[in-house]
Amino acid sequence: MKNEFQVIADLIEKDKKVLDVGCADGTLMKFLKDNKNINIRGLEISKERVQECISKGLTVIEGNAEKDLKQFPNKSFDYVILSQTLQAFLNPELVLDELLRVGKKAIVTIPNFGYWKVRFHLLFKGTMPITKTLPDEWYNTPNLHMCTIKDFFHFVKSKDIKIFKSLALNNLNKSTINESNLGVKNLFADLGIFLIEK
Amino acid sequence: MNTEKNIKTLIVKKPLKLDCGKTIKDFPIAYETYGSLNSKKDNAILVFHALTGDQYVTGINPATNKEGWWSYAVGPDKAIDTNKYFVICSNVIGGCMGSYGPSHKDPDQKIFGTNFPVITINDMVNAQYNLLDHFGIDKLFSITGGSMGGMQVLQFISNFPDKSKTVIPIATTSSHSAQNIAFNELGRQAITADSNWKDGNYTSNKTNPGKGLAVARMAAHITYLSKKGLQEKFGRKLQEREDLKFGFDADFQIESYLRYQGSVFVDRFDANSYLYITRAMDYFDLAKQFNGNLSEAFKNTNAKFFIISFTSDWLYPTQENKDIVIALNSIGADVGFVEIESDKGHDSFLLDVPDFLSALKNFLDKSYEEN
Repeated sequence: MKNEFQVIADLIEKDKKVLDVGCADGTLMKFLKDNKNINIRGLEISKERVQECISKGLTVIEGNAEKDLKQFPNKSFDYVILSQTLQAFLNPELVLDELLRVGKKAIVTIPNFGYWKVRFHLLFKGTMPITKTLPDEWYNTPNLHMCTIKDFFHFVKSKDIKIFKSLALNNLNKSTINESNLGVKNLFADLGIFLIEK
Repeated sequence: MNTEKNIKTLIVKKPLKLDCGKTIKDFPIAYETYGSLNSKKDNAILVFHALTGDQYVTGINPATNKEGWWSYAVGPDKAIDTNKYFVICSNVIGGCMGSYGPSHKDPDQKIFGTNFPVITINDMVNAQYNLLDHFGIDKLFSITGGSMGGMQVLQFISNFPDKSKTVIPIATTSSHSAQNIAFNELGRQAITADSNWKDGNYTSNKTNPGKGLAVARMAAHITYLSKKGLQEKFGRKLQEREDLKFGFDADFQIESYLRYQGSVFVDRFDANSYLYITRAMDYFDLAKQFNGNLSEAFKNTNAKFFIISFTSDWLYPTQENKDIVIALNSIGADVGFVEIESDKGHDSFLLDVPDFLSALKNFLDKSYEEN
């Protein structure tokens, strides 16, 4: 399992009720179910991934986060997870609002467009950056609204969303982001992980 | 029609009050079982059949000598694995394969015809509930069915919230739409317009409204298929001829196919049963039973739901299946949902659609492991 999922799992206490939005093949769901006795549900847009989840015995709803989160009642989950997908929505702000309505807390991870390799790629190659967390070409990327850790940090603050934990991840290194080190983390982390609440 | 002597039948002694206000008692429910009930009695699956189905889910149907209606899904090593599970299916009341219906005789030994009480989906499942007592099953492992079978699934878990661990409604709806009612009415009109129908007393008049019933079946059959499926299978292909004949014989293969479907149906189905069962479907509105709030129908159950729809099903489209998912999510129920890609229309659930069959199998087997 990728390190990001381990970090997310560490943020969640045992026996909680969790919704994984864009749960893909259910790897994180399965881990949380088996290791933390989590009552876990998934929402996934791809039929193939939904089938994979079913074959793992996971409860998944085929659907689209932009349309289908509204069926869940307010604060019906302890945590709602959104891993590296926020930038792919037509309206990320609306999705973020929905995550925080449905979940008592939300865990949102974002691929950092401010990462030095991304900046380096654009600066010296002059072409759209391709990295481990941003593997697609400009013409076939699902990403519509790329942002940096700094962008997301400011965005969340401006919306009066409480940040419980913000973590910078670079390969296996995990560190805490705060106001004072934001510039540095924004340069050296390829992934930001935020535990937030509204 | 039911002339077989070896049909398994349970006589329900207990009076059953029907939604129409009448009470029936000492009535037969014809059923069939597959696989064996284990000693813990925790491996039973109750399957509900659709409009023209019957208790013969799989293997050879003794009445038609053809494969049972869900042979693709049910059997040894299949999605509903009869090596593992004990499958029970019964003919609905109002039906014509041995359960109490309009072709039966009233206490005065007169064939009911349209004097049979109008039945509902609720009446059907209340009648079938007696099978649990009959087999000494406290809790089913699963209940499942497609189309009208799915309606019975929803009604059953609403009536008996702690009687099944898992619940699998397939290609169904919680409320029959105007379009659904319209197609059913078309079928009923075809039957009653047949002069051989004789106000439902065709048996005593020694006539058979076969023409009307065949037209009803032909119209309904079109609704079970998709436009794309029909086009790919038949297109404008001609039936055993080189060119158009400039007449009203079946020039096109699709015409010939529908006529055949109509004619074989008449041999196995009773016209009055068709009226009664389509009526039961039209009356089905689960939300209405709970003052318009569908979620209320499920608020007392802890069962695990898995809802399946098909992309090309325009009779019970994905949105109507999703409405059930939404109602369940709004009360925090354990519900999974998948829409299966298929060109085979509403009939997809009866056919060899591998993605559907594997989803069904995986859901059942994984849920059973967790038992």
